[in-house]
Amino acid sequence: MSDKATVLYDHPGPRAKRLNLVISVIFAAVLIAGIWWVIDILAGKGQLTAAKWSPFLEGQNWTTYLLPGLLNTLKAAAISVVIALPIGALLGIARLSDHAWIRVPAGIVVEFFRAIPVLILMSFSFLLWFEVFGFSSPLAGVVIGLVLYNGSVLAEIFRAGILSLPRGQTEASLAIGLGKTQMMTNVLLPQALTAMLPAVVSQLVVVVKDTALGGILVGYVELRRMAGTSASNYQNLLPTYVVIAVIYILLNLALGFLASYLEKRLRTRRGGGRRGGAAEPMAVTTAKLNTGGV
Amino acid sequence: MDFSFLSDPRYDVLGAFWMTIQLTFWSAIGSFVLGVLLAGMRVCPVPIMRGFATAYVNIVRNIPLTVIIIMMSQVLYSQLGLMLAVREPGVNPQGFLNSQNFRLAVLGFILYTSTFVCEAVRSGINTVPPGQAEAARAIGLKFTQVLRIIVLPQAVRAVIAPLASVLIALTKNTTVASAIGVAEASLLMNTLFENEADKFLAIFIVFALGFVILTLPVGLILGWVAKKAAVRR
Repeated sequence: MSDKATVLYDHPGPRAKRLNLVISVIFAAVLIAGIWWVIDILAGKGQLTAAKWSPFLEGQNWTTYLLPGLLNTLKAAAISVVIALPIGALLGIARLSDHAWIRVPAGIVVEFFRAIPVLILMSFSFLLWFEVFGFSSPLAGVVIGLVLYNGSVLAEIFRAGILSLPRGQTEASLAIGLGKTQMMTNVLLPQALTAMLPAVVSQLVVVVKDTALGGILVGYVELRRMAGTSASNYQNLLPTYVVIAVIYILLNLALGFLASYLEKRLRTRRGGGRRGGAAEPMAVTTAKLNTGGV
Repeated sequence: MDFSFLSDPRYDVLGAFWMTIQLTFWSAIGSFVLGVLLAGMRVCPVPIMRGFATAYVNIVRNIPLTVIIIMMSQVLYSQLGLMLAVREPGVNPQGFLNSQNFRLAVLGFILYTSTFVCEAVRSGINTVPPGQAEAARAIGLKFTQVLRIIVLPQAVRAVIAPLASVLIALTKNTTVASAIGVAEASLLMNTLFENEADKFLAIFIVFALGFVILTLPVGLILGWVAKKAAVRR
């Protein structure tokens, strides 16, 4: 990334260095002024007093509100991914089928559930669960909603993963007389799985963020909703939202680092240069799919 | 299936989707401007601007949109008193709240979506072969000239498809505005779910199709444009 950026400009000469310095100083001044302005407003509204922030030093705030909320967030995300993975794999393979009567319905299902907002899927699943089983379950609403959406996204990731494999793999397996099912389960799928592992991990970021939707309409008490309760208890709305934002950021950055670590590791393990080319379309698809889920 | 709620004057389905379209429209314009600005900062020669843009993108992108939208209303407005609409004493407080919440939601969508626009534009800049920028520099063009004349025109063509995905995601994300009471499609759907629970399948189909109709043409048209505009390499 950084060496790509430097392609746009040369090593700075004396004149460019002077100009950079001037721009840097101006930008830093504006930035500091902005930060100072925000701090000034916060202090003026009494948001920086110790009383607002000390609840985070109490164990009780964490054990009653924030940690159970975080646990619910992680629970919903984990269950959703575990259920969505096999569904996504099936749909992804179905979309590659030679038979139109399998390929077309799978395509319609995937495109339909990708076009609908997750919030609407959750709300619908919540009501559907109630109609079918006679009792309401916010967790089920959140999980089914997430599975429907992420199952279709993972289907596309699977499909891209299989398509990114070199054609020779298919040809060689047909040449040694494997059937199509055998070719899929013994040759293509294991490789596609490793190729798509980073994409799946980065999809987890989307799932973790999406769980926060569960607190809006279906009443699932995840981290965001628990934080709301905690904030009204301690009368510290702003500090609480800042703290949970930091928790989400750290969690998702960790997942992001894990994804890029896996990507690097898998690329070197598969022998650098030549396969690096095969891994490239995968990364591009991931970037395309991760453009702005909630 | 019973679609009688569509003709019920209490439920303005078209109006709710019109609100969704308005939210999407203003947020899309705002996020495009802020996103391109951030992308420019991320590739510029001044380290402190690069650092700021990188930090902004990585921080905001990882916060759930729900948290951002609720912060706009409960923290920025209720706690810090940010006013985006004019409040006239005595005159229809609901009207004030409606436009205030609408604008707060748009602001939240802009802050969030611009990070994805920035990443899309930056990936577009990366598709331009380095040799072109080198050649441009060799004939004596400056950074702003390289960016404006050589790199951006090609980057924009490469970036139409990812930007279409961002726009579609934004359209779907506007449902989160229901968290602060903006009367868009998902909020009306939930009201309908509560009042007409026996028709829930018909209600779901109407709102699901509404979003398919909003997002599908955008994907198809921009996908076609992207193919036409793509630079063959």
